[in-house]
Amino acid sequence: MHPFEYALARDADQAVAVATADPHTSFLAGGTTQLDLMKDGVLQPGRLLDITRLPLKGITHTDTAIRVGALTTMEELAADPVVRDRLPFVREALLLGASTQLRNMATIGGNLLQRARCRYFRDPTVPACNKRNPGSGCAAIDGIQRMHAILGTSDHCIALHASDVAVPLTALDAVVHTQGADGTRSVPLTQFYLPPDDTPHVENVLQHGELITAVEIPLLPAAARSHYIKVRDRVSYEFALTSAGVAVLIENGLVQEARVALGGVGTIPWRAWDAEDVLRGAQATTEVFRSAAEAALAGARTLPGTAFKVDLAKRTLVRTLETVAGAQS
Amino acid sequence: MKHTETETRLSGQSPPEVPQVDITLTVNGISHSLQVDTRVTLLDALRDHLGLTGAKKGCDQGACGACTVMVDGRRVVSCLALAAQCQGREITTIEGLSTDGELHPMQAAFARHDAFQCGYCTPGQIISAVCLIEEGRAETEEDIREFMSGNLCRCGAYPNIRAAIRDVKAAVHDVKGES
Repeated sequence: MHPFEYALARDADQAVAVATADPHTSFLAGGTTQLDLMKDGVLQPGRLLDITRLPLKGITHTDTAIRVGALTTMEELAADPVVRDRLPFVREALLLGASTQLRNMATIGGNLLQRARCRYFRDPTVPACNKRNPGSGCAAIDGIQRMHAILGTSDHCIALHASDVAVPLTALDAVVHTQGADGTRSVPLTQFYLPPDDTPHVENVLQHGELITAVEIPLLPAAARSHYIKVRDRVSYEFALTSAGVAVLIENGLVQEARVALGGVGTIPWRAWDAEDVLRGAQATTEVFRSAAEAALAGARTLPGTAFKVDLAKRTLVRTLETVAGAQS
Repeated sequence: MKHTETETRLSGQSPPEVPQVDITLTVNGISHSLQVDTRVTLLDALRDHLGLTGAKKGCDQGACGACTVMVDGRRVVSCLALAAQCQGREITTIEGLSTDGELHPMQAAFARHDAFQCGYCTPGQIISAVCLIEEGRAETEEDIREFMSGNLCRCGAYPNIRAAIRDVKAAVHDVKGES
């Protein structure tokens, strides 16, 4: 690990000012991505600004949304009674991610900002990685691709966004609240992430030094009947090959409202807008669910190592829809 | 002029100053003041600076769980926390579980059930198992498997580890049942 200075942030204003003024300063929260990548030599900040003592922890509730402080841990969010009752797929996605130890450390803000698990990104001895070294190429496109994306990819990067909880949050149109040098702003999660295109090193809309302060999760009626299914190479403590987060409201056999997002397949947490269009107003039948899955994966671009994911993702989505529909029939 | 670390070494000049930080850590109820390189993790502080070698360094990247300790009563992987971040927190390691030479019930259960072979993952397994019961997640076999999955055992002692946990869980039930 390269040497760095360590400093404790006094308050959010000071943290934003210090980090904005210095491109070599990074925020340190749960540390589970940051320190891991520093040990690997992928990240080499000159200074870590420890934000863990800032008052950005805790969950507040209104009738229509919950507001989650950015430093709330994954375990704390999963234990929230409103999340348990009204956002079951958020809780499921949280608890299917990482291990209890990591969930006790990792914050919700940090989870959204976690970096790619691409083995070529994480290995500085590999020269070609447009995410780590812009313009150097992409070793994954000619490499081993089992854990890579099939939606939102470009000729410059196929790295996957590996967050589980970002999948239901994307389905729900959660909103990221930030504080930056120019003040505060609110960005819907569906507009927060940037697909790689020809700038894979730019992963989201945040400016350097801009701090996530909270994540607001709407409490939609459909979300009370929601489900998250994650398919992986081992039964626990593993990243998704494919996953699906679904919130559906069914009345008299008809889909009134549908929110669908996919994990394990996208360069960003993948909102399946086309699948929602197929579902809304349609009969809640397996045939319709299959059509929705076809629509969701219609734009997939595969490589030899990722070709299996198209069918697997469709089946994952159909299974998730059937599970939610079955619970309502 | 900027020199790389290698150039600096070859030129015989003294290496660039490495930032240090003064910290106080509370481990197993005892407060320790020390000066460490900012890069020192909680795991390295415990092992290399405080002589508490119970927590083990397996992968050093948060994947194996051998370094599991409690911070403020919650289990964490100490390899991915900076020592400097843990000031003011209550840290509990495997060395802090026993009282007056008496093994913690989970330690005794691991010994009774032969819940190890090489023993390298054991301190992390035991800390995790103690927390698992505290979290109320030792209710079913499935839960034990799922919520212990952050602790790998390359010897494959899992059946005996689960048996030890079930045993302690049952004993906790008995105690609660009597009161």
